[in-house]
Amino acid sequence: MGEVLVLVDHADGVVKKVTTELLTLARVMGEPAAVWVGPGYNDAASATLAEFGAAKVYVAEDPALNDYPVAPTAELLASIVASASPVAVLVASSADGKEAAGRLAVKIDSGVITDAVDIDASMTATQSVFGGSTIVHSRVTSGTPIFTVRTNAVAPVPAPGAATRVDVSVSLTASATKARITGRTVAAKGGRPELAEAAVVVSGGRGVGSADGFDVIEKLADSLGGAVGASRAATDAGWYPHQFQVGQTGKTVSPQLYIANGISGAIQHRAGMQTSKTIVVVNKDAEAPIFELADFGVVGDLFTVVPQLTEQVESRKGA
Amino acid sequence: MRQGDKFWSVAMKIAVCVKQVPDTWAEKRLRADDSTLDREAADGVMNELDEYAVEEALKLVEAHGGEVVVVSMGPDRAGETVRKALSMGADSGIHLVDDSLHGSDALATSYALATVLAGRDFDLIIFGSESTDARMSVVPAMVAERLDLAQLTFAQKVDVTGDTVTIERLADYGFDTVTASLPAVISVVEKINEPRYPSFKGIMAAKKKPVETLSVADAGLDASKIGASAAWSGVADFAARPPKAAGVVVTDDGDGGLKIADFLTNQKFI
Ligand SMILES: Cc1cc2nc3c(=O)[nH]c(=O)nc-3n(C[C@H](O)[C@H](O)[C@H](O)COP(=O)(O)OP(=O)(O)OC[C@H]3O[C@@H](n4cnc5c(N)ncnc54)[C@H](O)[C@@H]3O)c2cc1C
Ligand SMILES: Nc1ncnc2c1ncn2[C@@H]1O[C@H](COP(=O)(O)O)[C@@H](O)[C@H]1O
Repeated sequence: MGEVLVLVDHADGVVKKVTTELLTLARVMGEPAAVWVGPGYNDAASATLAEFGAAKVYVAEDPALNDYPVAPTAELLASIVASASPVAVLVASSADGKEAAGRLAVKIDSGVITDAVDIDASMTATQSVFGGSTIVHSRVTSGTPIFTVRTNAVAPVPAPGAATRVDVSVSLTASATKARITGRTVAAKGGRPELAEAAVVVSGGRGVGSADGFDVIEKLADSLGGAVGASRAATDAGWYPHQFQVGQTGKTVSPQLYIANGISGAIQHRAGMQTSKTIVVVNKDAEAPIFELADFGVVGDLFTVVPQLTEQVESRKGA
Repeated sequence: MRQGDKFWSVAMKIAVCVKQVPDTWAEKRLRADDSTLDREAADGVMNELDEYAVEEALKLVEAHGGEVVVVSMGPDRAGETVRKALSMGADSGIHLVDDSLHGSDALATSYALATVLAGRDFDLIIFGSESTDARMSVVPAMVAERLDLAQLTFAQKVDVTGDTVTIERLADYGFDTVTASLPAVISVVEKINEPRYPSFKGIMAAKKKPVETLSVADAGLDASKIGASAAWSGVADFAARPPKAAGVVVTDDGDGGLKIADFLTNQKFI
């Protein structure tokens, strides 16, 4: 069976859930070989990769890898493709992932398909386009197929692998080091799950009215163990940090449950949440376009509906 | 080459890549014959994010002196999008238009744009971070790779000082500060600025601004690397997603939260 390279998405030494989804998908096409780029590879990470079927883990640990965005990752992937001749390369559909995939495609002269939600054994990818209205099947027709895969598109299924470590030496070229990271600004982060990966997302928009108003949104999110999202109206107003923006120019989320509160449903917002499995809406305007997406909607004031819902969730959980 | 007008400020030559896309609100569909986006079915507009790219270029030139050249690849009517950028204040345009470009994928598009941009001594090449139709967010990175330029993408802030460009790159956790020497490739997110509307004067002036129209041959492109037949990837088939069953919408009578809780219990979320 051919090798399928899976670029590991990790933060603070922890493998992100999307990587376990990619490994699950990779097993359909061949033998998964994970690629770890950056310092901090550790036993727990290795155990996670093994649990989801990585036969090998290529490890490139040079600390300098943290200093340059995207380009070194593409360079490393290209060198592993050259030596291991994989049958496909899978990368998460994050900003970094897509860009690394794009640069890799140029380097190895291979086709790239972005935002796949499924890939079958014949390497036909399924994409959900135009806000989920059209399902497309596409194939790479030239070179080693490169796919970026959306988070939450496939359920991770464990299947043990050896996760044999293969060290990759790093010698970054001048081309890969032209843009240098000189600072990292980390916005405050609570104990909630990561927005892009969360199974439940509770979002607030202009209807929330103020930064303090987000209190009711956070309480509901916490009762459901979910992440908090926001519309651009809310992030632009400074009520909630920008990295929680959902939409075309924010995060694309596809949780099991999305609860939109005080959000009208502008096309740019829908672009980031339309493929959520179940959508619940609270909005006081019955005409708001977001209701078109709702599996369940309540026309009402979020400041009465949401706290009541939170209370119900809390009490039913306890029951 | 770049010319210094004052010792502390260097005039910049900036390219902005703009794409014409179907109007955001228009229903988009694929053509039955060749599975490409049906561009005739909807009005064409400038990709929203590219308006921010044009605005940023204009602001940089206002601060440092220099010129803005707008570059677009697309069918005849993409010329309207080039004109729009000129009416916002860009100085000149390059429109790559050729029937054989139809069906080009991201690799082919980046190849064509990179070929047109190469050798013109741009200090900065500015892109939107995503086109609203393709939604790939790969063309800027691919052009940087092809031209061997520094890639500073997803910028929410751009600063140029002398020969150095510094951006704030949006990240999951906040942002990274990323810096490089010119020349460089940039892409911008919508947080970066507020695009100006073309003024009447701008619209009139745009009519007289030069637009270079290039065919595939003019641009020196290898015909075997562009268009649908050369694409590195292709659509096998497509179908409309079966419409979602209409949901239930109720009006709050003091028990709205309760009703949602019932729904969530039913769906096993609680
Ligand atoms: C290039 C570009 C990119 C963009 N990218 C994004 C993006 O990534 N994400 C995004 O979200 N937007 C994006 N936008 C903005 C988008 O067009 C909308 O402006 C934005 O989504 C509106 O946010 P909203 O729904 O919160 O606000 P509004 O449209 O003002 O809607 C507020 C809603 O709250 C309801 N409401 C008010 N008070 C209450 C209450 N007490 N209880 C219940 N309901 C109440 C109102 O009825 C209304 O429907 C983008 C725009 C552009 C031009
Ligand atoms: N045909 C085109 N002509 C000019 N610029 C383009 C074209 N296609 C894409 N771009 C640029 O690349 C950016 C990202 O597009 P994409 O990778 O398709 O999401 C856009 O915002 C444009 O700046």
